[in-house]
Amino acid sequence: MAESKLTISCKAVVIGGSAGGLDVLLKVLPSLSTSFSFTVIIVLHRKNSVDSTLESLLASRTKIPVKEVEDKDGISPGTIYIAPADYHLLIEPDLTFSLDDSEKVNYSRPSLDVTFESAADVFGPELVGILLSGANADGTQGLVAVKKAGGTTVVQKPETAQTPFMPQQAIANAPVDSILDIPELIALVNSLNKPA
Amino acid sequence: MIEESEIDLLVNDLYELYGYDFTNYAKASLKRRIVRLLMLDKFPSFAEFRYRIRTDADYLKRFVEEITVTVTEMFRDPSFYKVLRTEVIPTLATKPFIRVWHAGCATGEEVFSLAILLKEAKLLHKSLLYATDLNPAALDKAKKGIFPLAQMKQYSENYIESGGVQDFSSYYTAMYGQVKFDESLAEKMIFSIHNLVSDRSFNEFDLILCRNVLIYFDKALQDRVLNLFDDSLGQLGYLALGSKETLKFSALKSTFTQLNKEKIWRKVS
Repeated sequence: MAESKLTISCKAVVIGGSAGGLDVLLKVLPSLSTSFSFTVIIVLHRKNSVDSTLESLLASRTKIPVKEVEDKDGISPGTIYIAPADYHLLIEPDLTFSLDDSEKVNYSRPSLDVTFESAADVFGPELVGILLSGANADGTQGLVAVKKAGGTTVVQKPETAQTPFMPQQAIANAPVDSILDIPELIALVNSLNKPA
Repeated sequence: MIEESEIDLLVNDLYELYGYDFTNYAKASLKRRIVRLLMLDKFPSFAEFRYRIRTDADYLKRFVEEITVTVTEMFRDPSFYKVLRTEVIPTLATKPFIRVWHAGCATGEEVFSLAILLKEAKLLHKSLLYATDLNPAALDKAKKGIFPLAQMKQYSENYIESGGVQDFSSYYTAMYGQVKFDESLAEKMIFSIHNLVSDRSFNEFDLILCRNVLIYFDKALQDRVLNLFDDSLGQLGYLALGSKETLKFSALKSTFTQLNKEKIWRKVS
């Protein structure tokens, strides 16, 4: 595991998951430092009904502010942002979010690939992309883009994933820097923190 | 990989040659649409794509059709339609005449949804629904009122969730995998091309719906369009946006009040 390589300067961590991904987040969030020097962006496949329960569910596990994105929200460090149901989440060069309700990608909206690619464009080497449990191949192309832009790619160890297909696809088809179990994921994200 | 500077060149071409102004579109989503079209039409390079647009006016048509997003559905976000049904429409009912503008109506599913609400409130006869979009192909579909049969299960569920009590299938006739909505719903609709970026206000309205269009614009253009809507709304008129769109970044915020938690605002001054 390239631990030393991961102490790079990090502006954003984008975390994507599908089936089983939420469980991982619920375990990871309570163990994270309570203030971040970077931004966390979470994209989970979810039913397209407009519900904001995910925001409150995640917020209940952490003291870090959790916000479901509204169009053109600014991106602040120290905040966890969640992609809203039924929209793709994009990052603009001026560090605001924009939403997009165009065609589904990998049968998904939000699509992990879309957000990862867009984040890679903006954050380049200062981005860490993490892919969790899931049942389809979304996220693999996203990790390819993160790596191409000089960022760091991480996937959940498939043996620890409720649905291992998504991390397996990424390991087979994308340049992955680290394959981590849940305690290692927690340690990684905490290690990215730079005290002010 | 496409560079920002290449997109700027293309945007400049489109304006210089054809008068389409994409300058203030949100950069990330515009880039995504362009990359998608490049792949869809298998251009080997960005230069070739740009050359085709510069030299082939027919291809420009395709560009506009594919770059603009036309994803929509009937009774999209049922709770939004419920508030239209229970709070907005009863207020509009007191008017002698009701003017509605669907700005960026795409293929028209939401125009037909509102026509159904107005019909059920027995107001359709004294209403006019202006439906505009920048994309001529989408407007042509909207005019026909023909939608895929496969969608009707979802739309019917949306309709019921929005408070509808009729048999939803009574509004359309099914044929060969498509359905055609009742002509009487379309009688009060006027379809026309309108570009929110460059065109002006053309009437005064009691309700303007513009759902999931502003998300494709940057803040400066959002501001322009919101001002256009403000100029086009009568006193106490309503403005309805998409579920994640907001007035909070606009200077107009203080002249509108929001209804409940839905993305519907009323002009108060």
